[in-house]
Amino acid sequence: MNLFQIEFVQNAFIAGSIVAVLTAIVGYFVVLRVQAFAGDALAHIGFAGATGAAVLGIASLIGTYFFTLLGAIGMGALGERVRGRDLEIGMVLSFALGLGVLFLNLYTSFATEAVGVLFGSILSVTRSDVGTILITSIVMLLILGFIFRPLLFSSIDPEVALARGVPVRALSIGFMLLLAITVAEAIQVVGVLLVFALLIAPAATAQKVSHEPLSTIGLSILFGLLFTWCGLLLAFFTRLPVSFYISVLAALSYLVVMLLTRLRTPYRYKAPPHPSRECKDPTMIQPPVDTRPLQEKVL
Amino acid sequence: MLLNLLSYQFMQNALVAGSIVAIVAAVTGYFVIVRGLTFAGHALAQIGFAGAAGAVLLGINPVFGLLVFTLGAGISIGVLGKEIRERDTAIGIIMMLGLGLGFLFLSLYQGYAELAYSILFGTILGISRTDVVVTIISGALTLAVLIAIFRPLLFSSYDPELAQARGVPVRALAIVFLALLAVVVSISVQIIGILLIFTLLIGPAATARRLAHSPFAIIGLAVLLALLYVWVGTFWAALSNFPISFCIATISFVIYLPVRLLLPSWRRRRSAIAVAGIMNTNIPHSSEQVAQEEPMEYKQELPRITTDMKGDGV
Repeated sequence: MNLFQIEFVQNAFIAGSIVAVLTAIVGYFVVLRVQAFAGDALAHIGFAGATGAAVLGIASLIGTYFFTLLGAIGMGALGERVRGRDLEIGMVLSFALGLGVLFLNLYTSFATEAVGVLFGSILSVTRSDVGTILITSIVMLLILGFIFRPLLFSSIDPEVALARGVPVRALSIGFMLLLAITVAEAIQVVGVLLVFALLIAPAATAQKVSHEPLSTIGLSILFGLLFTWCGLLLAFFTRLPVSFYISVLAALSYLVVMLLTRLRTPYRYKAPPHPSRECKDPTMIQPPVDTRPLQEKVL
Repeated sequence: MLLNLLSYQFMQNALVAGSIVAIVAAVTGYFVIVRGLTFAGHALAQIGFAGAAGAVLLGINPVFGLLVFTLGAGISIGVLGKEIRERDTAIGIIMMLGLGLGFLFLSLYQGYAELAYSILFGTILGISRTDVVVTIISGALTLAVLIAIFRPLLFSSYDPELAQARGVPVRALAIVFLALLAVVVSISVQIIGILLIFTLLIGPAATARRLAHSPFAIIGLAVLLALLYVWVGTFWAALSNFPISFCIATISFVIYLPVRLLLPSWRRRRSAIAVAGIMNTNIPHSSEQVAQEEPMEYKQELPRITTDMKGDGV
């Protein structure tokens, strides 16, 4: 096709696909660990990074990485208690946004720049950005593959994992750092405000359909790629913004799947809201079958 | 200098609207924190973005678009309700849909960048007399409803199960509260912008909660803090030409941070006792208390029952 010979289209598709795969995998853990708000906050912190980089004249991707990583370290160090955590995240989030606005104010052509950072500007991704995204994503995927099993264990049942000697706290800080880099990359595609479209929506939709971790992750990657490609193609043909299409596709598929699963499973059979349903459906657990011979049973 | 500023029309409008918003947001913010709705508050504002942008596209005052969208979203979050674990994801996805739609409306509108900036980050220059009137009326209505449902709302926020057992309409209260929150978010947008509503809603109450521990004291302190943030922020913005949302967010964060780091949070039990005092209920708040009380009652009861039985038997 003619379209794919244009360089910015190629860049957009390559960067979009890499980011979609990475966010789908990391997003699975975000949904599992109920850290959606933290992901959102990291994105907002990235806003300050991107605008700050614009003021200093650095590439915005570098500035975003720097700020999200700082934010992740801060959040990982602060948050011990689960209850008070939303507040701290929210306060840091709003302060970072305020800083971002200040940087925008210092930068001359601020309003246009702001819309680009907030709602994504994948069509302006350069070759060198694609290179950076590719390398960091490969490193991230390797790290994720390495810590996959303990991370999954500690996400599903942190207490038992701790008792079994899994370094839960270190894993949670490590995961925050991974999340920070992922969010910084997602910002390039869909912008600060719509990070959810790639981070949460594919994984959440996949979790409604499947319960096995690996197949859920596979489905989530599939959804992520589908949203990104369809969004890009639709945007090229209709000239409306890419992130609008991605977010609407993501939201609609989530809502449709949610309605379908609600219709299919009657309320009384719904699994209780406990993390353990991620690995096994509690309603399906059978009592252990007594395999001893009849004589022993009677005695 | 300061008095000079006060003679400007835009400054008067900003201060009047800002003060009303500060009072209502601080009171609502206390309940938002207690009910664990911080993320929902954040999301409601961002859903409102679609309404504001849509209203601008149609040529209506953005406040009305905001009211329609946030009310719709607030009520549906309240109705969806129960499963907290799933709620965060669902709220997040609806929020994303709102933002995406808002972006579409804005990109259809000519010269969207400046407008997007002022909706997202607020401006002190853009508040008209009509906005002030709308703010006063909706602020007064919100406060009146909050005062009317204050006691049951407080009770159901702290202990929804007990409240339900006592016949408090917990679910209806939750929906009404989210509708109120939607109104507060809508009137706050013009001052501080969609993205930073959090600072006005959560900031004062979060700080006050560490300094005081009865609900009334927290709410009073939160109102004072919110007024302080808005007034200082407005003057700072007017004098320095910085965006107002940056000024308010910075003041709020700079006051919150030392309070958060230096003062330990009041034990949940103490604040729960203060609430129980208002509600005239006594709830065992810690496991130690339960452990100490129950055996004693048991010992007292046991001999009486046995003597009764002996008496009956003989």
